Parts: sequence; structure tokens; C-alpha cells
Amino acid sequence: MSFDNAYEAINDGAGEDAHWAFGTGFDDPLAGVDRALPAGVPVAELTAYCLMLGDDALVLSQRLAEWCSRAPELEEDVALANIALDLLGQARLLLSRAGEVEGAGRDEDTLAYLRDEHEFRNVRLVEIDCGPGPGGDFASTIARLLVFSSWRLAVFSRLVESADPVLSAVAAKGVKELAYHRDHAAQWTLRLAGGTEYSRERMVAGLARVWPLVGELFDPHPVELALPGVAVDPSLLRPEVDQVLDTVFGAAGLHRPEIAPLSPVAGRTGRDGAHTEALGYLLAEMQYLARSLPGASW
Amino acid sequence: MSESPRSSWPLYEVFVRGKRGLNHVHVGSLHAPDDEMALRNARDLYTRRNEGVSIWVVPAAAITASSPDEKDPFFAPAADKVYRHPTFYSIPEDVPHL
Repeated sequence: MSFDNAYEAINDGAGEDAHWAFGTGFDDPLAGVDRALPAGVPVAELTAYCLMLGDDALVLSQRLAEWCSRAPELEEDVALANIALDLLGQARLLLSRAGEVEGAGRDEDTLAYLRDEHEFRNVRLVEIDCGPGPGGDFASTIARLLVFSSWRLAVFSRLVESADPVLSAVAAKGVKELAYHRDHAAQWTLRLAGGTEYSRERMVAGLARVWPLVGELFDPHPVELALPGVAVDPSLLRPEVDQVLDTVFGAAGLHRPEIAPLSPVAGRTGRDGAHTEALGYLLAEMQYLARSLPGASW
Repeated sequence: MSESPRSSWPLYEVFVRGKRGLNHVHVGSLHAPDDEMALRNARDLYTRRNEGVSIWVVPAAAITASSPDEKDPFFAPAADKVYRHPTFYSIPEDVPHL
């Protein structure tokens, strides 16, 4: 057997798509999934719930994309971009589902580009500047990713059982991705905390930066409570997520920060469209072109 | 900064076995701070996280290569020594996998 290059050898016997490095057999995660609205599920709440989970992924994806070409190493640049791409993929499926359930003709692009700040339903944790801008650094980016992916993995593990077949399929796809994101963040938490005195200092500061916004992840929203069997009540996840974080912190010799949560604005948080000032700037940049040329196709 | 980050990120060689591949094949190299991160970086860079592949990473420093200068004496024992090869009998037709 002789091959012109290494990739051919790897794929020997892989059939038709053997000339591609690892095949072209990408699966559509929603192939064969029944998209009809399950009976008895309130439309407005299901739409809002898909927006919540979709916006979390969309906004964090945008934040991670800001690291492109600015990561500490080339390999890390690729890893952060990979995670951002996974999240963008989740956002697309969830926003598409939101638009479809709502039935008002809004697609994923309309929802991403033509909603204002107060219509976004993401938690505030994903929108704050954790670097590479002046609001953070690599350690705070890792701290946020650790908390967020631990929480979201707990949500998606349960969402696999959702009565909505689309949410269930999106979760089944997302679980594998999120397990990878969590692992990546945990690996870096260990390295930064166990690295130099300075890297440890930054890791501790990074956790302190994101910690005030952690509580919001577990506050149940009326939308979640109105969807029994479809949505996940996040207040039930706290012990599990704490256990995961404590395991990582234990291995890294860190402590859970004791910092008071950021208070809601007049009783409203990110889930209700009450955001930090960071989101407006983020959306201005993200939506600029779509706002300038509304109705264009690309 | 006193030292370049690359100096603490040694070079690793990456070997990957495809989903239906029989053996690990060298696909390239990368830099990583340690073995665990090398494995994860290799997954991102060389497999696009396709399920069912196996990855080996080896610090480049652990590999000993044959020297191109010694090519002739090193590899000569094969081709011109016809008496070393079992070519002097015919293969029976009912032995398919010989």
C-alpha cells in the first residue's frame, strides 16, 4: 500500500469521501426530527425559552470570536474559535426553533440582527467584557467559560428528555460539545491556578470578575416554570454545578469566591431584557451591517 | 517579557488513526505546554473532533530519526540481495492470502 499523503492513508477504505481528510459525513442533528409543536405547550413561553438558550450561545459566541488572532498561543486561538463555532451552531438551531414556534415569520437572522438590547434574553454572565478587551483577560475568559459550560451542560443533559423533540435533539448534539468546552476550561483553570504566582493571581481575579453573575444562572424564570417537561428548572441544577466547580477548584487549590451577586434592575435580569451596558455595544457591532442594509441576502 | 511563550511550549508530533483506518499515521506537529493539552490541541487541529479516531502525541524530542547521510548503508540490505527474498517457488493457487 502506498499513499500520496498521510490523510489518504488514514482514510484508506473509508469509501467515497476518502479524499477528504476525515470524510464528509456530517450529520444534520435535526434530520428526521418532528418539528410540529407538541400538544399543550404554550407558544409564547416556548418561543421565549428557545430565545433564552439561543441568546446565551449567540452572545458568548460573539465574545469568544473577539479572541480570534489575540489568544496567547496559536493552538489556543483555534480552540477558542472552535468553541465559539459550537455555540454559534447551537444558537442557530435554537433561534430558528424560536422563530418557527412563534410563527411570525422571523428567522434566525431576523432574531439575531433585528432585535434590540431589551429583547435579548441572555443571562448577563455571557455579555460582560472578559477580554481580550480592557474588561478582562484570558483568565477571566476561562473562568466564565468554566462556569457557563458547567451550567449549560447540566441544563442540556436534562433537556435531552424534553417533550419538545427539537429542543431534545439540539440538546443531544450540544451535550458532547459542552462537555468538551467544560473540559477545556477546567484544564486551563488548573494550569493557570497551578502555574506561576502571577497566573494564579489572574485566575483568582478572573473568578471574582464573573462570580457576581453566577447566581442568575440558577434563578428560575416564569417562562421555565411554565414549561414543565419541556424546559429545565435551573434552580434544581445548583448542587450538581457546584459539585463540578468544587471538584475543579479543589484540584486547582482555589476557593469558591464569596462575592455578592449583582442585583437585578428593578427586579429584572438578563432573562427579562435588563442587561449590563456591555450588551448595547456588543449588539451595535454585531448588527451594524444588517441594520445598514435591511433585507439584503448574504 | 523575558522569554518567548513558545520556549515553554515544546513541539509535539501527532499521529492519528481514522475512523476506519488500520494504523496511526503521522499528520503533523503542534506546540503545547504538556501532553494533555497536546492531545486536546491535536483534536482541534487535526481531527475536527470526529468521533471514533485515536490520537497519539509524542514530544518531538522523544523521537530518534534515521540520518539521511547514512541512507545507503542503512537501507541497502534489501533490494540488491535477491537471495534474501523467497521468490524461487510458485505460489499454490489455493492459498489466497499469501
